Order: sequence, then structure tokens, then C-alpha cells
Amino acid sequence: MAEFILRRILQALLVLFVMTVLVFFGIHVIGNPVDLFASSECTKACLDEIMVNLGLDRPVWQQYLIFLGNLAEGDLGRSFTHGVPAMSLIWERFPATLELAVAALVLALGIGLPLGFYAGLRPESILSKVIMALSMIGFSVPIFWIGLILILTFSVYLGWLPAIGRGELVSVLGLEVSFLTLDGLRHLAMPAFTLSLLMMSMVIRLTRAGLREVMTSDYIRFARANGVPEYRVLGWHAMKNLLIPIVTVLGMEFGGVIAFAVVTESIFSWPGVGKMLIDAISVLDRPLIVAYLIFVVTMFVLLNLVIDILYSLLDPRVRLGAGAV
Amino acid sequence: MAPVLTLRGLTTVFGKGTQELRALDGVDLTVNAGEIVALVGESGSGKSLTGFSINGLLPANARITGGSIDLSGTDLRTVPAREMRKIRGKEVGMIFQDPMMTLNPVLRVETQMRDALRAHDPLPRAALRERLIAALAEVGIAAPEQRLRAWPHELSGGMRQRVAIATALLHSPKLIIADEPTTALDVTIQGQILALAQKLCKERGTALIWITHDLAVVAGIADRVSVMYAGRVVEEGPVDAVLDAPAHPYTRGLIDSVAANQPKGTRLPMIPGRMPLLSDLPKGCVFAPRCSRRSALCDSTSPPPRATGQGQTVRCHHPLTEPAGALA
Ligand SMILES: Nc1ncnc2c1ncn2[C@@H]1O[C@H](COP(=O)(O)OP(=O)(O)OP(=O)(O)O)[C@@H](O)[C@H]1O
Ligand SMILES: [Mg+2]
Repeated sequence: MAEFILRRILQALLVLFVMTVLVFFGIHVIGNPVDLFASSECTKACLDEIMVNLGLDRPVWQQYLIFLGNLAEGDLGRSFTHGVPAMSLIWERFPATLELAVAALVLALGIGLPLGFYAGLRPESILSKVIMALSMIGFSVPIFWIGLILILTFSVYLGWLPAIGRGELVSVLGLEVSFLTLDGLRHLAMPAFTLSLLMMSMVIRLTRAGLREVMTSDYIRFARANGVPEYRVLGWHAMKNLLIPIVTVLGMEFGGVIAFAVVTESIFSWPGVGKMLIDAISVLDRPLIVAYLIFVVTMFVLLNLVIDILYSLLDPRVRLGAGAV
Repeated sequence: MAPVLTLRGLTTVFGKGTQELRALDGVDLTVNAGEIVALVGESGSGKSLTGFSINGLLPANARITGGSIDLSGTDLRTVPAREMRKIRGKEVGMIFQDPMMTLNPVLRVETQMRDALRAHDPLPRAALRERLIAALAEVGIAAPEQRLRAWPHELSGGMRQRVAIATALLHSPKLIIADEPTTALDVTIQGQILALAQKLCKERGTALIWITHDLAVVAGIADRVSVMYAGRVVEEGPVDAVLDAPAHPYTRGLIDSVAANQPKGTRLPMIPGRMPLLSDLPKGCVFAPRCSRRSALCDSTSPPPRATGQGQTVRCHHPLTEPAGALA
């Protein structure tokens, strides 16, 4: 187990290293951030002064070494545009994104599992065919379009839900959340649903396919032949086998949902990290971009670790060990 | 003694309308308490389907269209689907072929056995455990407490089959259907499992249907044997009579194709041809196309069951032993 985790951390460090090199030199090639955010009255001398202040006057490899030195001390640098530590900006915004992503995950499982189960049990029924067709749409229709249609329908036309922003917050264990207030829920509903659609479609398809396979297996027949009640056969004997592929796929997908909540956050003006990233990229705010990417990579690594542990809990044949990477 | 199970004219089909395939056609079978009846026949002859028809676990596209399934006085065909659950495991137990597949890979032995026990017997947890330990000990599993905590993949094939047997026996069902339970095991383990099943069945007076295509197993374990071909029972009778003096040419062919029954060095005789597809069954006797005794009668009329002198029943126009007369 310890070796397994250590190996994961080493892999992550390698990925981080390659990623920072790419971003550093990539941004250097694209352009000079100062040109983008300095005010137009700024003279050549004033520009130079800003460059010196931000350390942008040095050769890029020197900048990179300085960055690595600071990183070793846990300092990810200050945002060029906001002038505050990049990490604190991310932490400020992250709870909103996390809440959105978790809400989407809950919706994907809460709606996707029952629908997939139904479609798997009654593959020939009309409703199943409708469910499968909808899940196909979930895969193929772009998120921004769905988001806009939702806004048009529920905000503009029906006027039931607010179109943008995050609702009223309450603090739980130091974390600001909105899902515990009615206003918060009303704001959360559409963006969370939009973000959940892809995952939900996957859950429906995985559940249906998995269930149909599992139901023909001897162990399900054996459980039934022993008179085990149907709710127990489906809800636990079959379910636990189904969850293995679902956890695997959702685990990989969930990181992506957080990292690329960008589109959904932009549509609904959700104040999360995704929106912040877009703003940072448009002004080449390098420390913020790099900090965000480091944050995301770290999150992916942690998430994978959690998935592996969950996986070993679900499937006794999987044991975390030297071989399992 | 009243039989535990009596099948009369059991007919099971797949599909509907013109697509309908008659996979079981008029199957008769009787099993008494403490009796072991072997069901033999080549692959696809309908052995498993007979088992699933009895305990109501047919695939979704199959249904019973005729006959009766009498389990000590109750016709199971009249029992509503939801009530069948109370019969499965309690009155009728089932053991499957491949012990690698019968146990759920992601549930502990204890969870699976506990669910089977609680299905008919809501005991408190501690009492449940004790019953399970005793059940495992009874099928010859050493250190049952530890085995109970094990995952299926941690057990050997023979051990898993013992777990499956212990599970099927939890409620001492009147009838057990064992669907090729030793086919996937190596020979020594096979022998142990056979001996175990025979012992438990005789001790408890359980009626046992043993599905197999291994005639050596039939000779070793069964009291009576039913030979199936293309969804029909073509010959039925006491094991010794059927194996020593088969009346149906198909049974003869099966016996002759077993290596041990032939002198060393000779080529094994094979039954020519193959079993007909369900979609393309011959009009008369289903075995006629492969039969050496075939006559015009065989092609036109399906033979009715007839009794022979040795207590056998055979469906053949030209049996190998003299018929005692037509059976009603
Ligand atoms: N789901 C199904 N749909 C259509 N036909 C089926 C289905 N399942 C089984 N059959 C047919 O039913 C017939 C009987 O099958 P069954 O499984 O009872 O054979 P078996 O005697 O148990 O063979 P084996 O020795 O291979 O287990 C076969 O001809 C098979 O092709
Ligand atoms: Mg079979």
C-alpha cells in the first residue's frame, strides 16, 4: 500500500514537472502579459518597471528556476492581475466549483442509476427506448446549447429559476455552501443538471449494459434459486457488480467535470475556478494559470487514489499492491 | 410412497407465434423421496431447461405451454410468480455446473449464505452465523468460521461447490436439482462431491435430480435415469436396466461412445449426424435421421411412450428390447 501510494506521488511529480515546463515556455511564446493588462497610458518606462517588478525582465529559463525555487517552499506566486497569492484565489473560488460538480455527480447517480436499472430490466418497453434515446442526446448535444435552452425555458419563458449566479450561502464546517438554502438550490439546479448530463448518460448506459450482463450470470440465478428476494438480488447482489465499472468511469470523469466545468460556469456565471481560469488565460496571468493547473493535476492524482481504494473495497479480487498501478 | 416431483407432459417453448421453438415436448419425470434420478443427454437436449421450468427461473423469452409440475401435491404451474420465491430454496434447491460462476465474486461467502438463509428464516444475526457454520461443517469444510469470512476467489473449485451445496441444503428442500455440478471439477474432487451428495440425499430423504452427460457418473450415483433427446425423454428406467439393456437406439449409442465400454485399441463408435435444430425438428421420431433402425413409420409418426419388460419406458417404434405393450 505504501509503495503504491509512493509510486503514485512520483508519477504525479513527473507530470507536474512536464506540465509546468510546457506552460511556462508556452506562455512565453504566446506573448507578454504586461502588454495585455497594463493601462494604455503606461509609458515604456512604466512598462519596464512592471516587468522588473514581476520578474519578467529576466530570461525565461531564469524565471522558471525562480519559480521552481519558490514552489519548493510552497509558494506558487502571485497573480499578475490581482496581486494576491494565486493559491488563495483558487481556494476562494474552488468551493463553488466543487459544490457544482458534486451536485452534478449526485444528480447523475440519483437519476442515472434508476433509469439505467429500469432500461436494463425492461429492455423492450417503450419507456426504456425513450430513456436510451435521451441518453444518446446527452452524449451528443453540446453542453452550452442545453444550458441555453434551460435558461430560455425555465428563466426567460417560465420564470421559475434564476438564470445566473450562486444563491444564498451558509457556512458548514468552514465551507461556504449554497445547497442548504432554498435560494441556493434554485440557483444550483440548472447548472448542476447541465453539468451532470454527460455523466448521467454514461451512468444510464453503463447500468443498463452491466445489468443485462449480470442478470444472466449464474450467481444471480443461484441467488434467485435460493429464494433471495428480488429487491436484495437487484439492489445488492447485482448492484455491487454493476458499481465496479460505474465507479471506474465516473472516477475518471469526475476530475474532468471539475477541471472543465468552465463551459457550464461561463453560461450560468457561476463564480467557480473554471470561470477564473478563462479570465486568467485571456490576460496570460501565468502564475494563476500555473497554480490552477498544479491544483488540477494534484486533484486528479488524489481522485485516482480514492478511486483505487473504492475499487478495492468493491472488488475483493483487486488488492492494492506493488503490481497495481 | 407418493413421489416428491411428478412432471407430466411438460412443454416449454422459446419465442412466440411462428417463431415459437418447442424446446421441451411432453417431458415426463418422477422423483421419489431419497431417490436420485439422473437426467442425461447431449448438449442442448433440454436438461437445464427442465430444471429451470421446475423452479420457475426460465429465461425471459421462454414459457411453459403445457403439462403439469406436481411438487408433493402442488401444481407449481398454478403458483403465481411472486409466490414461487417462497418455494425456491425452501422446497426446491438448485446447484449449478461451474462453481467459479455460482458464487457472487464480490460478496463474501457469509453474505451469500446469510441471504439464502434469511430468505425463508428471519433469524437473529448470531443464530444465523451458527447455522451457517454448522451447514459448512456438514458438507465437510474444515475451519468453517474462516471460510465464512472468505471471498469466493479465495476458495478452490471443490470448496466452492461444497459451499454451493451447503447453501442449497440450508432449508432441507424436498427436491434438489443439480445441474452438472461436477463437470467443472477434477476427477478426485468429482468423486468426493458425488459421495457427499449421495450421502446427504439418502440421510435426509431428499429427492435429487442429477443432470449430467457423463454415463459413468450416472452409473455411480443414480437410482433411475431419464435419457433426453431434442427436448423429449426418449427412455426412462432403473439405472441398471437402462445401462445394461438399453431399449432406445440413442441410449445404446450413448453407451457405446463411452471409451471404457469398448475394447482397447478399437475406434470409438459415434452416433452419426447431430441433434436437429429446434427450428427444424423432424415430423416423426426426432431421432430418426440418425437412427440405424429407422423405418417409414419413424418418419411419419412420433413414437408414444411404451413400457418394456425391465421396468423401462421407451419412445421408439423399434426398440432394442421387446416391448411389454403400449402405455396409456
Ligand atoms: N435463451 C434461449 N433462447 C432460445 N433458445 C434457447 C435459449 N436457451 C436455451 N435454448 C435452447 O434450448 C435448448 C435446451 O437448452 P438446455 O440449456 O436445456 O440444454 P442442456 O441439455 O442443458 O445442454 P448442456 O448440456 O449444454 O447444458 C437448446 O436447444 C438451446 O439451444
Ligand atoms: Mg445445461
